[in-house]
Amino acid sequence: MNALSHPHWRLLVAALACFAAAFALASATGLARSVPELLRGIGVTATVMFGGSAVAIVVAPVAALCKLYGGSAIRWLAIGYIETFRGTSALVQLFWLFFVLPHFGITLEPLTVAIAALGLNIGAYGAEVVRGAVLAVPRGQWEAASALNMTQSQTLRRVVLPQAWVLMIPAWGNLLIELLKATSLVSLITLADLTFKAQQINQNTLQTVEVFSIVLLVYLGLSLLITLGMRQLERRASFGLARGPGT
Amino acid sequence: MVHFDHVTKRYGSLTVLDGLDLRIAPNEKVAIIGPSGSGKTTVLRALMTLDRIDDGVIWVDGEPLTHMRRGDGLVRADGKHLRRMRSKIGMVFQHFNLFPHMTALKNCMEALVRVLGLPVEEARQRAGELLAMVGLADKQDEYPARLSGGQQQRVAIARALALRPKIMLFDEVTSALDPELCAEVLGVIRELGRAHQLTMLMVTHQMGFAREFADRVCFFDSGRIAEQGPAREFFDAPRGERTQRFLRAVMDAG
Repeated sequence: MNALSHPHWRLLVAALACFAAAFALASATGLARSVPELLRGIGVTATVMFGGSAVAIVVAPVAALCKLYGGSAIRWLAIGYIETFRGTSALVQLFWLFFVLPHFGITLEPLTVAIAALGLNIGAYGAEVVRGAVLAVPRGQWEAASALNMTQSQTLRRVVLPQAWVLMIPAWGNLLIELLKATSLVSLITLADLTFKAQQINQNTLQTVEVFSIVLLVYLGLSLLITLGMRQLERRASFGLARGPGT
Repeated sequence: MVHFDHVTKRYGSLTVLDGLDLRIAPNEKVAIIGPSGSGKTTVLRALMTLDRIDDGVIWVDGEPLTHMRRGDGLVRADGKHLRRMRSKIGMVFQHFNLFPHMTALKNCMEALVRVLGLPVEEARQRAGELLAMVGLADKQDEYPARLSGGQQQRVAIARALALRPKIMLFDEVTSALDPELCAEVLGVIRELGRAHQLTMLMVTHQMGFAREFADRVCFFDSGRIAEQGPAREFFDAPRGERTQRFLRAVMDAG
């Protein structure tokens, strides 16, 4: 197959085109001097994005499995976490960790707060995604494993989770893009992310149309990269399975 | 080998096994037939400990399956006891239930490595021999999605045999298959019965196969054995009116 006709390549080309267009726009409109500032902003946005993803991807399966298979105390703890972080706004969560915790003697770096709050927020949604995917694996798989004398945790690790994983990848793609967009909130707890830098440059240059068009293109390019990554994962994870792309 | 001693199983208000008494001798091949909802699949599921029984005791190899002796009485068994008892039994399902993310060979190796703790090489060899036995040596690296139904079911049989159970349970193993694919699976079961010392229980709608292969046929109705006997005798001269009606209906249908 021609490499450029592969849909994943098209995503990569589209993402690069977004970045190139953003750079061309900056150069053509006298904003070239601001590019290093924007790049630093992108660096902060990407750091929060990766850190938050890592937190979410670890927390979500743990919360989901606690809710599904934990004893009653652990189950209620997991439900409490999931409902609290799904049911309140991400901005309030950021403020709470940043402005309220110091009143209880806990002061955290802004970057730590950003990664923790957004990671836990997306992790709470992710927990429901994981739970749904685990429950979507047919009961016959559990029964077959039980007939082979596998324990519950062996069945989960070896049989159920590998199949659930494939089912949940598309939903995770959505969540990670949500996370990317939510990173724009961190400017409100003093972090100089891409959105913050854009506002600064806008105030200095008053080139509102150009500045926010550039930022729009950069966010779009980043989210296309996330989509690309998830498609690759999906392709690899579904190898041999009779669903989704692959084989 | 297996003794159902007054076993009762209820789902809510529905009684699926009603004080069932059933004794199965070592190496005996028993076919279980009957209308749907008569409790025949539940017999296998209870024996595989997939369904909990509400009353009575199932004895396997002289030991209670889901109970343990304590003092003079019996108490519900712990996980360790269940695992030990389960290792004597293998089961093949109507819908195969192969692990779709593993090749045929990996399906057969999984429990050998994880449950028995065999070294990978030894597991690979044993799994390969079993796949060869069911005629799938050339398919060992295929994923289930790329195998026909009959091939998948033969992998499932090999997988169940890998743990060397004394008792094999077959739950309508050909019901999801085309007649043509049916024959290849029944061929494997026939061969198994001939070449191995296995106690076999099968729930089946294949009356022809039951008549020719089974030592004994049990006809289930409403959670009890309504009639049983040596296979040929049972099919040639059914005594009960309910049995006759059932057999007539099955013969008409197929």
